[in-house]
Amino acid sequence: MTMNRRSFVVGGAVAGAGLVIGLQLSGPFLLGQENERAPKRPDPNPFDAWIHVKPSGQISLIVAKSEMGQGIKTGLAMILAEEAAVDFNSVSVEQAETRPDIYPHMGTGGSGSTQENFMPLRRAGATVRELMITAAAAKWDVPKAECAAKKGTVVHAKSSHTATYGELVEAAAKLPLPDPAKVPLKDEEDFEIIGHPTPRVDVPAKVNGSAKFGIDVRVPEMLFAVVARCPTFGGRAIRFDAAKAKAVLGVRDVFEILTLGADKFTAGGIVVVADSTWSAMKGREALDITWDHGTSASESSDAVREALRAVAHKPGTRVRNDGNVDAVLSNGAKKIDVMYELPYLAHATMEPMNITVHARGSEAEVWAPTQSPDWVQRTVANVLGLKDEKVIVHTTYMGGGFGRRYMADYPAEAAQIAKVVGKPVQLVWSREDDMTHDFYRPMSCHRMQGAIGKDGHPTAWFHTLASTSIKGYWEPKVAAAEDESGGAKQMPYVIPNVRLEYNPAPSAVPRAWWRSVENSSNGFVVESFIDELAVAAGQDPFEFRKSLLVKPPNWRAKDEDDVDPARLRAVLELAAGKAGWGKPLEKGRGRGIASYCSFGSYFAEVAEVTVTGSDFKIDRIVAAVDCGQIVNPESVRSQTEGAIIYGLSAALKNEITIKNGAVEQTNFNAYDPLRISEAPPIEVYLTKSKEDPGGMGEPALPPAAPAVANAIFAACGQRLRKLPFQLKS
Amino acid sequence: MSSIQLVINNSPHEVEIAPDTPLLWVLRDKLNLTGTKYGCGMGLCGACTVHLDGEAVRSCQTAVSSIGAKKITTIEGLSPDNSHPVQQAWIAEQVPQCGYCQCGQIMSAAALLAKTPHPTDDEIDTAMAGNLCRCGMYQRIRRAIHRASGSTAQAKGQGA
Repeated sequence: MTMNRRSFVVGGAVAGAGLVIGLQLSGPFLLGQENERAPKRPDPNPFDAWIHVKPSGQISLIVAKSEMGQGIKTGLAMILAEEAAVDFNSVSVEQAETRPDIYPHMGTGGSGSTQENFMPLRRAGATVRELMITAAAAKWDVPKAECAAKKGTVVHAKSSHTATYGELVEAAAKLPLPDPAKVPLKDEEDFEIIGHPTPRVDVPAKVNGSAKFGIDVRVPEMLFAVVARCPTFGGRAIRFDAAKAKAVLGVRDVFEILTLGADKFTAGGIVVVADSTWSAMKGREALDITWDHGTSASESSDAVREALRAVAHKPGTRVRNDGNVDAVLSNGAKKIDVMYELPYLAHATMEPMNITVHARGSEAEVWAPTQSPDWVQRTVANVLGLKDEKVIVHTTYMGGGFGRRYMADYPAEAAQIAKVVGKPVQLVWSREDDMTHDFYRPMSCHRMQGAIGKDGHPTAWFHTLASTSIKGYWEPKVAAAEDESGGAKQMPYVIPNVRLEYNPAPSAVPRAWWRSVENSSNGFVVESFIDELAVAAGQDPFEFRKSLLVKPPNWRAKDEDDVDPARLRAVLELAAGKAGWGKPLEKGRGRGIASYCSFGSYFAEVAEVTVTGSDFKIDRIVAAVDCGQIVNPESVRSQTEGAIIYGLSAALKNEITIKNGAVEQTNFNAYDPLRISEAPPIEVYLTKSKEDPGGMGEPALPPAAPAVANAIFAACGQRLRKLPFQLKS
Repeated sequence: MSSIQLVINNSPHEVEIAPDTPLLWVLRDKLNLTGTKYGCGMGLCGACTVHLDGEAVRSCQTAVSSIGAKKITTIEGLSPDNSHPVQQAWIAEQVPQCGYCQCGQIMSAAALLAKTPHPTDDEIDTAMAGNLCRCGMYQRIRRAIHRASGSTAQAKGQGA
């Protein structure tokens, strides 16, 4: 298929003269110039990002990566600017619109943006540099090798010729693209932008109220809507009386929307449309609704926990099986058999779910704070009976994502509402809606059995993982064992007999991806239990871990999730060193350590705590990071701090419980994330590395809870196996 | 429906609105001042913080009819050009991630510094405990407040 400029200009993606290069960020790397026939492949359009070098010399990178505070707009610009040999300020990252023919891959999640885009963007930037040098050499009739590019200018030192990219772009646009595999890349030692702390481009607008989040979208004639949803999962309205609601000042309309199946998972409910958010909320309060609470009306998290505990004692699907665990556990010298328990958790993004949709008959326009604009597009198109390309989605800033904004439930509801309203309508979820109709982190129980041999070495590790699981909600017929096992399957310590088994338990509670997903649970369990084994073996938890992180001489990663024992050991040593591991602490204080690899990045964290009776305070967290090649150290630090606090909120305070089929916590009074007065100082130490970049949005989270639990054990001897922590006095 | 006079960011406004409407929704839905954010509707998160005669209040808990002649300052009125010391400090310390709570944080911090020009860490924690940040940027908030106060005291937590 031909990529031509006309389709851009029509799409509004790129307008004006200059050099346009399409590139593929997902899958095998490809580069192509406009008008060039793309290589044959099943995907009609292989390109999902575009570079536009303008006659001014400014470079736009148009890409579908959502900014939710992770600093991706800054990081991607840094990578491109580095290899293109231009100033950082010469590159701007623009949010792509949803044009499936132009941007086939649009999701932002899984800590993937830097990992996946690092090399493609480097090669694309180098291609820009190469084209400019080629154009300049031709213009001056000098050998290419004698020309160099720096800060957006090509220089021929011998003749003192100079030309800016702006001056060269017209000629460069006519050149054939070089083979992307052969374009010379900069040596990492010569990086002037990558690896250097760079202020984020989105920050200034976020300190004066001008940054527009989804909930800030204002369109002429727009109305506001809220939905009264059945508090019980799977319930629906039997009848409703709208008379009092319609009498509320500002209320325009009241109507029912039905629940949608498939991958939308909306609750359905009674919609109140008004001329302000407040009027819509007041109208909703005045509704009189009789609910059929459905088949899950008796579900409770207590009962689900009992079911999980029960299946954690049964044989399950085997995910890993080294040696013979049974033989050791039946005659090991010293045995441990304990249960770890983790609750449902809500994402609780600061900006509640919301979206603005204008259905205009044959087409629709959407303003969405979303991690998955293409899913929003497909969903809205599906509900409105339109072709995908008739729906354009503008991705706004979002007040937190954490996985919640990957979902298409609120877009589906808004499309249902917009179809009725006809005018632009902003669907706003109240905090109560957001907390009681989330897609929750699964609830899980983990039976852990271990044995220590006579020589003090661990001889067996048997993890029986029981979870309500994510797949169990989305695809109940598909086995969830592998998906739920991340980090448990890759348990990195060298123990001769290791087994991991999985068992599911049913629940009607919606589940999905919560920051770091299954690693948030498995990291706590694995890193707490290895601590228990160290104590049982009578060894120092840091030295014990170190002795079990052995890299065989010919070690090679079996797959992308395989853990390199040497890298994990190195961050463990860095964190321990910086924290002063081994230095005595006064009575009542303790130090705990945990290390964990996820999303391609390695973390070790040391917590220092003070325990007083049944209270404890985290005095300090020391984090060591190896995320491979660092793009923006500023973002790496910030994400480390943020993910640790997010993890500590779960460790210390947060729990979603279910009673009579409904979530019991409705606002921040009952589900209260960590506050500033509870937030410990966090020291972050970075490792210099030339390894491929790992993810940074999530992997600092899993070690936070176990580091604190292990510190509490060190301080007072209480082993906390249940989240959120509760000490006995 | 009542006609209510308000002074917002030194400009007079008149709004026709139900008198029990919280100031938050008047700002956001009637006057298009969307820097003041909705987070919880119960005064629990601080995202909606504005100043009434210089005092930090939660605009989601402030009925528009209760304001009278008090002067309202929103984030949009703090400075015309990000020049307020708290905004400058927020940029210098790269405080915001998602940024949704930060307008409320900045309004709380500005009110704190107006009363307590050189707060200690404990005073900061007390004054800012009503403002949630789900991105967990608390350490940066502490540092930024110290910076805005002109204090050379180093808040803990840095690393290398």
